[in-house]
Amino acid sequence: MEARLLPYFLILPVTLFLCLFFLYPFALVAQQAFGTENGFSLDNFREVVTYWKFPISMKNTFLLAAAVVPIQLALSLLMATMVTKMQKGRDLVLYIWTIPLGISDLAAGIIWLAIFEQSGFLNSMMVGLGVTEQPMSLLSYQTPWVVFLAIMLAEIWRATAIMLVILVAGIGLIPKEYYEAADVFGASRWKQFTRITLPLLRPSLQTALVLRVILAFEVFAVVAALGGTIFPVLMGEIYAYQFDLQNGGAAAALAIIVLIISIVFTLIIIRALRVPKGATI
Amino acid sequence: MAEIRIKNVAKNFGSYQALHDINLTIADQEFMVLLGASGCGKSTLLRIIAGLETATTGEVWISGRRVDHLSPKDRGISMVFQNYAVFPHLTVFENIGFGLRMQKLPDDEVKRRVERTAGLMHIEQLLKRYSGELSGGQRQRVAVARALAMEPDVILMDEPLSNLDALLRMEMRAELKGVLAESRTTAIYVTHDQVEAMSMADRISVMHQGKIVQAASPIEVYRDPAAEFVASFIGNPPMNFLPAEAAGSGRWTVAGQSFEGPANGKDLKWAIRPEDLRIADQGFGARAKVVEPLGAHLLVTCDVEGHQFRAVLDSELSVKPGDVLTLAPQEGRGRWFDPETTLSVA
Ligand SMILES: Nc1ncnc2c1ncn2[C@@H]1O[C@H](COP(=O)(O)OP(=O)(O)OP(=O)(O)O)[C@@H](O)[C@H]1O
Ligand SMILES: [Mg+2]
Repeated sequence: MEARLLPYFLILPVTLFLCLFFLYPFALVAQQAFGTENGFSLDNFREVVTYWKFPISMKNTFLLAAAVVPIQLALSLLMATMVTKMQKGRDLVLYIWTIPLGISDLAAGIIWLAIFEQSGFLNSMMVGLGVTEQPMSLLSYQTPWVVFLAIMLAEIWRATAIMLVILVAGIGLIPKEYYEAADVFGASRWKQFTRITLPLLRPSLQTALVLRVILAFEVFAVVAALGGTIFPVLMGEIYAYQFDLQNGGAAAALAIIVLIISIVFTLIIIRALRVPKGATI
Repeated sequence: MAEIRIKNVAKNFGSYQALHDINLTIADQEFMVLLGASGCGKSTLLRIIAGLETATTGEVWISGRRVDHLSPKDRGISMVFQNYAVFPHLTVFENIGFGLRMQKLPDDEVKRRVERTAGLMHIEQLLKRYSGELSGGQRQRVAVARALAMEPDVILMDEPLSNLDALLRMEMRAELKGVLAESRTTAIYVTHDQVEAMSMADRISVMHQGKIVQAASPIEVYRDPAAEFVASFIGNPPMNFLPAEAAGSGRWTVAGQSFEGPANGKDLKWAIRPEDLRIADQGFGARAKVVEPLGAHLLVTCDVEGHQFRAVLDSELSVKPGDVLTLAPQEGRGRWFDPETTLSVA
């Protein structure tokens, strides 16, 4: 085979797979979102955007992402640095920290529900310790910030490890000699982190952040388990359109809106963390 | 006063002992070269002095301070790494200025020093480039410039010119030596290039299998090697060795020739540099095997009583393989070694 054609031949199976299971369904969704009986229209979009729950669910989704992702970024950087510095037991710690990754998001939501429920662990503990006299209803309309906090905690617990794994791999790729040079030339630990680790970690940070931010806009099961209707988010609305209201067109339109938001943020992240031209990392 | 003292330093990597009981003092402003074959422990010793590696036992003193427990940045040193360690995400300018930025020097001072050292290393035209775009030799010069820009009391250099072409290396050698002498910097310079060692060093420490075999001036290392290893490592080609038989009362017989030597009971080895041999009426009978005209000299590899024997002779001589030459050593140039200890015997 000609060397020029070989690469294309080799990616053919993957391309076919993607076309079949990604592009084709995507085309169907797009058709559903933009199409009505009388051809192309933006009616579906108009409908979902003007619905009273749209601004709230949009606001909630962004609020949650804005609260969770920076904390996760800081946490995963800290944890990755700690793991990398470990001499022994490094793999064991990493396995334990990544356990939440193996749990489905609904299960994670239910675990945290078991903690925050009226008859849950937290209430039993507080009553047991005599902090409160009676179990309180924590996840209710009266205390939306507790609901928000519970969802935040669950999300942090559940999805920090995915960034951690990427960052650990990225830090492992930075040659030790750069730290030795930084050490000799007077960089403190903190300066080594900001001047060496962070810039050299940019490709991994890009991947981790893109992945995490996209997941943040797709948050659904944890919110459903802990917040229910108290805390509407975009994905929950898509679900409601599709299955409660049987309005596939609106669901598809909202899905496309989420897709556009994800693409915009991906581009922003890639641009913000790009490696300067000529610098090889 | 940046004097470096290394006391009883040993280093084990697991069960492998890389350094054995190293004792060495490098005087203030001295240019010390660590010379030895690949894997003999030069980098390890340098990295222990820098604080990048901890000695298994022993002490390191710099400027009268014990520094074993200090981190590299508190030791008043600067270093050129064997693998350069030039930061790929910074421009050449920021690489050279890295240490200066860490010291929070004002911008104009950083600029002045970076431009000066970049000029010394002939890389001033590269200041805006990233190191990924540089050749190995250019990157190496960035590493040297970065170390020089610190204007340290002590500079440690691990084969800093190894990747340059012969011409540039010769130029940089002189440049480097000049700058360091001018700035009164104490320097430790690792190399396995003996020409570099001879031409730059105030003193050379010859290392072999984790030990320092000899630490002396270049001419002493060349003229009076302390051990067989030094004799066969320094000089190109190295010294010739012949067995010497005791003939009583300080006389020795070497390949049929009688020499005056040490008053020693045991058998010894006699050694001579190839360049200290000349054609004479009386001397060793040597059968020429290989003749290599080197331009300035004629290198003849001969056979003396079954031992390989090299002579550097006048290039005008016409010698063919198979010829039998009579070679005589120059007065006072023969050396004696104990074959058991391999050490030199006076
Ligand atoms: N981190 C390490 N772990 C195990 N062994 C090591 C380590 N570093 C060095 N060694 C061993 O110690 C010995 C000395 O190594 P060192 O790097 O000091 O040699 P060198 O004299 O600098 O050689 P070269 O001229 O090739 O750079 C070598 O045998 C090497 O294999
Ligand atoms: Mg080395």
